[in-house]
Amino acid sequence: MSQITLSHSEEHHEAHGHHHETFLSKYVFSQDHKMIAKQFLITGIIMGVFAMFLSVLFRLQLGWPDKDFPILETFLGKWAEGGRIKPEFFLSLVTIHGTIMVFFVLTAGLSGTFSNLLIPYQLGARDMASPFMNMLSYWFFLTACVIMIGSFFVESGPAAAGWTIYPPLSAVPTAISGSGLGMTLWLTSMTLFIASQVLGGINYISTVLNMRTKGMDFWKMPLTIWAFFLTAITGLLSFPVLVSAVVLLIFDRSFGTSFYLSDLVVQGQILPNEGGSPILFEHLFWFLGHPEVYIVLMPALGLTSEVISTNSRKPIFGYHAMVYSLIGITVLSFIVWGHHMFVTGMNPFLGGVFMITTLIIAVPSAVKSFNYLATLWRGNIRFTPAMMFAIGMVSFFISGGLTGIYLGNSSLDINLHDTYFVVAHFHLVMGSASIFGMLCGVYHWYPKMFGRLMDERLGYLHFWVTFIGAYLVFFPMHFMGIDGVPRRYYAFTEFPFMAKWLTVNTFITWAAIFAALGQVAFLVNFFGSIRWGKKAPQNPWGSNTLEWTTPVKHIHGNWPGEIPTVHRWPYDYSKPGHEEDFIPQTVPFSATMSSNLPHDFEGNPEAERLQKEWEVQNKPEEQKDLKG
Amino acid sequence: MSTVVSQLDEVKTGAWSGGKSPFNLEYGKIMMWFFLVSDAFTFSAFLIYYGAQRFSNITWPDPEKVFQSIPFVADHGQPLVFVGLMTFILIMSSVTMVMAVEAGHRNSKKEVVGWMVATIIGGLMFVGCQALEWSHLHHEGFWWGRIPHEAATVQESLRPYFSHGVSEVAAQQFANLFFTITGFHGFHVSTGILINIIILFMTLSNKFEKSGSYLMIEKVGLYWHFVDLVWVFVFTFFYLV
Repeated sequence: MSQITLSHSEEHHEAHGHHHETFLSKYVFSQDHKMIAKQFLITGIIMGVFAMFLSVLFRLQLGWPDKDFPILETFLGKWAEGGRIKPEFFLSLVTIHGTIMVFFVLTAGLSGTFSNLLIPYQLGARDMASPFMNMLSYWFFLTACVIMIGSFFVESGPAAAGWTIYPPLSAVPTAISGSGLGMTLWLTSMTLFIASQVLGGINYISTVLNMRTKGMDFWKMPLTIWAFFLTAITGLLSFPVLVSAVVLLIFDRSFGTSFYLSDLVVQGQILPNEGGSPILFEHLFWFLGHPEVYIVLMPALGLTSEVISTNSRKPIFGYHAMVYSLIGITVLSFIVWGHHMFVTGMNPFLGGVFMITTLIIAVPSAVKSFNYLATLWRGNIRFTPAMMFAIGMVSFFISGGLTGIYLGNSSLDINLHDTYFVVAHFHLVMGSASIFGMLCGVYHWYPKMFGRLMDERLGYLHFWVTFIGAYLVFFPMHFMGIDGVPRRYYAFTEFPFMAKWLTVNTFITWAAIFAALGQVAFLVNFFGSIRWGKKAPQNPWGSNTLEWTTPVKHIHGNWPGEIPTVHRWPYDYSKPGHEEDFIPQTVPFSATMSSNLPHDFEGNPEAERLQKEWEVQNKPEEQKDLKG
Repeated sequence: MSTVVSQLDEVKTGAWSGGKSPFNLEYGKIMMWFFLVSDAFTFSAFLIYYGAQRFSNITWPDPEKVFQSIPFVADHGQPLVFVGLMTFILIMSSVTMVMAVEAGHRNSKKEVVGWMVATIIGGLMFVGCQALEWSHLHHEGFWWGRIPHEAATVQESLRPYFSHGVSEVAAQQFANLFFTITGFHGFHVSTGILINIIILFMTLSNKFEKSGSYLMIEKVGLYWHFVDLVWVFVFTFFYLV
């Protein structure tokens, strides 16, 4: 089937090649899902590099709290007078680092890129349900990015209340300098971001529901699509609650209300606000915030499932279990938010309930981990850079997930909350795991996006530096956290019990710089390969999914001629009896008589009978004897 | 051989087997439904916040005492009459919207136009009534971050609005929440009116006539009914309980 469509491609392209495209309509106001995916990816990479740079800045402060770096003053001016970062600016740095990484890179950059690229491709659709809304989604996102970065250029500096923007710090503009205009810009940016997410999300959902090609029922969808679909649903149900939280916060900031404020004294002044509660903000925020963690993680799980199966040349182990565990994670993600608030004075019984729901999430997560390992087990593994990152993702998912069991325990959390243990946990399980999933996706689908291959050696270099770097940065933080070192502190010099951790902090900073430098290999590889990469064949990894049946050169509508029909699930790798180690989804069963299994026909008795008939006719004698 | 192929490679044709919409719905309508689900979460969050505030306060302003004026008719003594009228208008505008959708199914442009105009007028009347209600409350001294204080003490100025104990905090939270949540709802109604006007002009310019389908009216209708439904909840929580 794929071969047939291929031969059509040239002439068809000629016929359709006369679309008049200007630079603006092709690269800027594009409504093509492939171009929008690239826009999301490149914007996401730029934001990621920016946020990583911020982290290096605050790591400098933590690593050498007593040292001056005159060069910082040159660039940051009054924010680093005398070459030392100011405490207010330190808070801004961690705030914006977190915000950009969580929302702009790992939500929009990850989901936005791969949902847009793969949903139409892997489902066999010409484009998204609404290409126009898709374009709007990107433009809202880009505007949000510009405003967020723009907040570095205002007099009072960017928001500084942490990425969770807890009131009262975020609600009282006079609290610290970052609570002024910077916070307003943060809220504006996030509002646009949510609009982008909602536009994108309902588009993804309706595309998955409505635009699957013939034969592509839900149980033939690749796990990537399942993950994007459930991610979009999660986002659609949780982001609106952040809208409410943000609206109430805006009223508190600008219209004199007291939704989150009560009994406050700011700089010797008693504020008139009474009756509000910051705890209510936390409830609203974490109702988004916790599902958000899975919005970040699930696409990474989907991408790596696909990559690990392809490169192990084995069907994914437990496809149905993988889907049900994704569904389980989706549902559970909405009833665990209280575990972020164990120590806010929550009723211990309620804390117990949230603890139980939280720990139950370990079940689907463990199912996924074991299935990954079982897929790798005795596979015919090809260690492509994408595969390395996928395995790295599994490693982070396990090592970061285990500490989640400690943190999810409401009594242990009394000790561990707000320490570096938390920082270590979420940077491994959601930060590193998700970014590895995203990078795995970039390496794997780069040929589909740009028609060229990325350089493998640079890919391996990038992998090892990032993998080792990430563990060197985040692993020591567990021990600091167990010792009670609090997060978000500007310097550890004031407290004798933290003095022993100063050297560890210096070490972590060196590791962070090492890992950050490793990203240069990626950037060179990514941007260089667009121009100088090896030309990619149509199906470079021997994959089964539909995107590899499209021509290398992008065309409108993805497939020249008819959209292929789907006959089988996407994981027929190394199927016994077949001469090749993969069978694309478009290959009909009549073309693979030697490898068909009874359950392939989903209970169609006529097909089963024909298959058996063929087997009796064609099987070698000795096998017939065995069966007889 | 050809029969062999067709039997083995038979692709299922069930609702969920791909190649068509499982609900037999056009994508725009699915999108509208999902948008409404997400918007429902936004309003739920507001109303849950409202509930949390009400439960944590011992007293709360009595709606029958706060809302007892009818603009231009009576300044007090008519509890909940005006809001009843508002609600009736909004629900009637939902009815006219249903009529417009139904007329659209019959491709009757003239009737669609008539019912859409009626819906728009209903919506504008509702928003107008809300403006009157707001300005009345504002006149009495309620606003974001403000409560009545004409009398000698705040307690005294609040007395008329409470049936039981008087609480400044409760009065203030009531005002904050009332203006924020009815404002957010009013914003939705206003957006709805704007969209209604746009599709009215699209109808007038024969856009749906030419494409042969008035589905757009139905999609906008979904939004309009949703906004009405939200009002029923807002009405219940602020005025009835």
